[in-house]
Amino acid sequence: HKKTESTPFRICQKLCKSSEITLSTLSVYTCSLKNIKQMEYFVLFRRTNQIKEELRQVKRRHYTIAIREWKKKKFKNIHCLSVLIFLCLNSQGVRKSYREVIDVSWGDPHRAGVKPLSFVRQVLAACLYPQLMDGDKLMVDVKQRAQRLLKTCAGGSVGSYSDAAGIPQIIQSVSEYILRRDGGIPCHPENIYITPGSQWALTVTNILKVLVNSEASPRTGVLIPVPCHSTTIVSLTALGAVAVPYYLSEERGWALEVETLQQALDSAKGVCNPVALYIINPGNPAGYVQSRKCIQEVIHFAAEKKLFLLADEVYQDCVYGKESEFVSYKRALAEIGAPLSDTVELASFHTASKGLMGECGLRTGYVELVNLDPAVMKYINNLFSTNSCPVLGQVALDVMVNPPQPGDPSYPLYLKETQHIRASLAENVRRVEEVINSFPSFSCQSLEGGAFAFPRVFLPPKAIEKAKEAGLQPDTFYCMRLLEEAGVLFSPGTEYGQMEGTYHISFCIMTPTDTMEEILKRLSTFHKQFMREFA
Amino acid sequence: MSATRVQLISPRTLRLLSPGRSALFLPGGGGPHRGGGVPGFRSLIFPSLSSSFSSPGRALSSLSTTRRGLPKTKMSDNGTMTRGKVLTIDNMNPTVKKVEYAVRGPIVQRAVELEKELSEGRKKPFAEVIKANIGDAQAMGQQPITFFRQVLALCSYPELLSDSTFPEDAKSRACRILNSCGGNSMGAYSASQGIGSVRQDVARYIERRDGGVPCEPDNIYLTTGASDGIVTMLKLLVCGEGATRTGVMISIPQYPLYSAALAELSAVQINYYLNEEKCWSLDIGELQRALDEARLHCNPRALCIINPGNPTGQVQSRECIEDVIRFAAKERLFLMADEVYQDNVYAEGCQFHSFKKVLFEMGPEYSETVELASFHSTSKCYMGECGFRGGYMEIINMDDDVKDQLTKLLSVRLCSPVPGQALMDLVVNPPQPGEPSYERFIKERTATLSALAEKARLTEQVLNTVEGIRCNPVQGAMYSFPRITIPEKAIQEAKKLGQQPDMFYCMKMLEETGICLVPGSGFGQREGTYHFRMTILPPTDKLKILLNNVKEFHQRFTQQYS
Repeated sequence: HKKTESTPFRICQKLCKSSEITLSTLSVYTCSLKNIKQMEYFVLFRRTNQIKEELRQVKRRHYTIAIREWKKKKFKNIHCLSVLIFLCLNSQGVRKSYREVIDVSWGDPHRAGVKPLSFVRQVLAACLYPQLMDGDKLMVDVKQRAQRLLKTCAGGSVGSYSDAAGIPQIIQSVSEYILRRDGGIPCHPENIYITPGSQWALTVTNILKVLVNSEASPRTGVLIPVPCHSTTIVSLTALGAVAVPYYLSEERGWALEVETLQQALDSAKGVCNPVALYIINPGNPAGYVQSRKCIQEVIHFAAEKKLFLLADEVYQDCVYGKESEFVSYKRALAEIGAPLSDTVELASFHTASKGLMGECGLRTGYVELVNLDPAVMKYINNLFSTNSCPVLGQVALDVMVNPPQPGDPSYPLYLKETQHIRASLAENVRRVEEVINSFPSFSCQSLEGGAFAFPRVFLPPKAIEKAKEAGLQPDTFYCMRLLEEAGVLFSPGTEYGQMEGTYHISFCIMTPTDTMEEILKRLSTFHKQFMREFA
Repeated sequence: MSATRVQLISPRTLRLLSPGRSALFLPGGGGPHRGGGVPGFRSLIFPSLSSSFSSPGRALSSLSTTRRGLPKTKMSDNGTMTRGKVLTIDNMNPTVKKVEYAVRGPIVQRAVELEKELSEGRKKPFAEVIKANIGDAQAMGQQPITFFRQVLALCSYPELLSDSTFPEDAKSRACRILNSCGGNSMGAYSASQGIGSVRQDVARYIERRDGGVPCEPDNIYLTTGASDGIVTMLKLLVCGEGATRTGVMISIPQYPLYSAALAELSAVQINYYLNEEKCWSLDIGELQRALDEARLHCNPRALCIINPGNPTGQVQSRECIEDVIRFAAKERLFLMADEVYQDNVYAEGCQFHSFKKVLFEMGPEYSETVELASFHSTSKCYMGECGFRGGYMEIINMDDDVKDQLTKLLSVRLCSPVPGQALMDLVVNPPQPGEPSYERFIKERTATLSALAEKARLTEQVLNTVEGIRCNPVQGAMYSFPRITIPEKAIQEAKKLGQQPDMFYCMKMLEETGICLVPGSGFGQREGTYHFRMTILPPTDKLKILLNNVKEFHQRFTQQYS
């Protein structure tokens, strides 16, 4: 096992060491690709893997010692062995104060210990191995769902290709879901494409591919929020587009103010030609939920400035703020009425990776396109037809948009599981706000939605200096020390962009409550010590 | 200069989003910008297929323009301009317009419409539409391997591990896979290169397959089907402007994934023709001709080989592969070997040789220098699990810095679907002798492969009985690609309709018989020759009827237009 497991995009970093590299046959590649920036985060990520490996080795060593002792002493009782292992682990040479690294830098609930929803997994198992439906292991509604879904697959198998846009019946379910969600505003299945991968993987990229004219001069610009997930910037850069940042107002709970959009447009003058406005609602990594009024203002702005709206709404099911409500851009657009509702172009993204289901590994999402020119739709259709999406992910998507209903045999368990996830999340939110805000050197805006906390950390000048010496951004330095000393992996605000002179840390709050308690405990101890050290 | 421009964007953001690198905001900042359009040579072998039909896309033609969600005309009744589209046909990314994918082209769209019409009870001269256009085995009734599905079901719903009806080896395999998943769930992201233990198993598989030639798990990348790997590699290869623009050599006929990807990347497609008279074999002289001609317009950097062939079904001999490797070494070309049909070899005397194995047996002069990417997937062979989008690529002799770029490129898509990775693991590490599932596995695999071999023979045999159809032996893969004679009158008729003659032929066949094939023009063919691609996947009895219908149609068609 030479290279240890690495979570996805973190690897992003191994990037160009300098702008000029001399290579062999493949010496020159797409300049856009070369321009993808080096992620600071890589340093953290690499260190995490090293520490994990160290911990594994220490553990292995101590097990070996314990077993040797056990054999030597000829103890019969297996309990003696566990006592020995415990003693060994706690005695010699255990450098770390922790046994394992908790990685909450990435929005991956299952990895963090959240259990998959049984209904989803039962349906998947039944579709994979239909013989299961002969026995009485599965509830009748699981069987019905699996049978219905298998009928929609060519040859009745999840092993066949699906239509390029997705399985028509599942697209139909998605469109009915959107219709219900938006209070009856019509949704046409023809405008929906199911895609492999979640928001940035292929969905947004495919839309951006159409939008970004790589041959245009000046280059195509896309307005992106700050903070914003770094994959956004990577994808844009890879496509040869220019990311034009607009700043969310941290003091106002990360609200989007239309003036900042105007400032961003002004800043782009002479540099690029902004054609699209990318919105994340609910926020990632900042946990805001936009109000209806805000959304309406954004739409008016987009209409006035002729911008294509890209609405990343993958956390639409994760809204927990007391006053917050998720309003889709499509709904807000329709409510504004003509002429805008018939003209403003909008792409809205959702996925089975996020939300309560958290099935990241199945790699399936969808996009709904509104008000697109049919002539352009024709090419989008061609573009989507070159890739075919994983069928299991589509099955999960079907369950997501059409979960068990009251009265269904699986409903009680489904309700229990989803309530448990919601309750854990609510509890985590409460505890994160409580613990983080108990430190004067932290400030966390109230968390209303999404799966991340993005608190600001006020670092002492000495720490900032020390970071500079180490050649790291101050918040990367902080995260590095946190990892080193407390075994908790967060990602630094630098990755997402932040106002100059401010520092943040980001971590996923969709974890079991005991994991979150452990994280907060480790964070508190570390933070006190860190602040003392650099006071 | 780019630095001052970035200042304009927003001075304060510069450091934040791009520590020390202004390039973030100005991709290609300072580098050469591509000025309007790629000049010069671009050999698009396909005439615009989509333009020949009025109803492309998913029934877009049936949409009412008055619905919300669809555009109104720019001009309102009183003649004033209303808000126009941001995204129009004129300002969209021009490279996207060139993307075409014949395997899912207008014929297939029409087939879907016909199916719908049938289901609505409309009278047609046939009872069902048979889609022989795409290599989708399970859609055609091929049964999945029980062991694979058992393990995947266990991975999906681990509570089943206590179910005594599952064999023990399936359970232990499922546990092993789950243990290497984050949080023991297939629902967690994996590393973007793929799950470590799966990559190890792939490496061991390749070593076994190639008679002990070593394989490093670090060189294995798990991909979303083979296409993900192919497109990623092409992305990595394409650069330059005008005469230095990257050229990629692809066989004609080719699988349209290549032409679509090259079109999208604005790379130059360099065609080399396979020799139909010699059973679609690859001729080094022809490679040289294509390369020399292309050197005048572009910078050829890669050579793509599909072995066993798609759509042509040939299996390359060892000598041929050696010649190709020598050619690539001499001309400094990156080799891309699409080997997804490696288990689909039927003809007597034919054997699959991997490029990797041949390369390493040619000695260090080649094995240490020639850059090679080899692709495989879970979608073909005896598995036919297309819906899982599992696949891998092995990269050999690639520069380390370029590898870093590859990692970066792959990381944008986070990771390939985890169930597909799990399935790939099972394919490369199937039940072993002595394990409870072994016998059943071998029985199922043999049944599938021998049925395919039988159908390959049958297809060749029946098609060759028809006057005006000539079919090379289907040595491997899943398709026949027979040459058809189209009468002059029909060619004229097609021209009138603005269609390629073989498109006209296939469309007519679809309308009359319900058989959905892909015209040869979708894959490329020598000028003046016409072909179609037909899969050999339908169940034998159905295939017999299908072949008979093709035969009758061809005779009717020839008569009608002679």
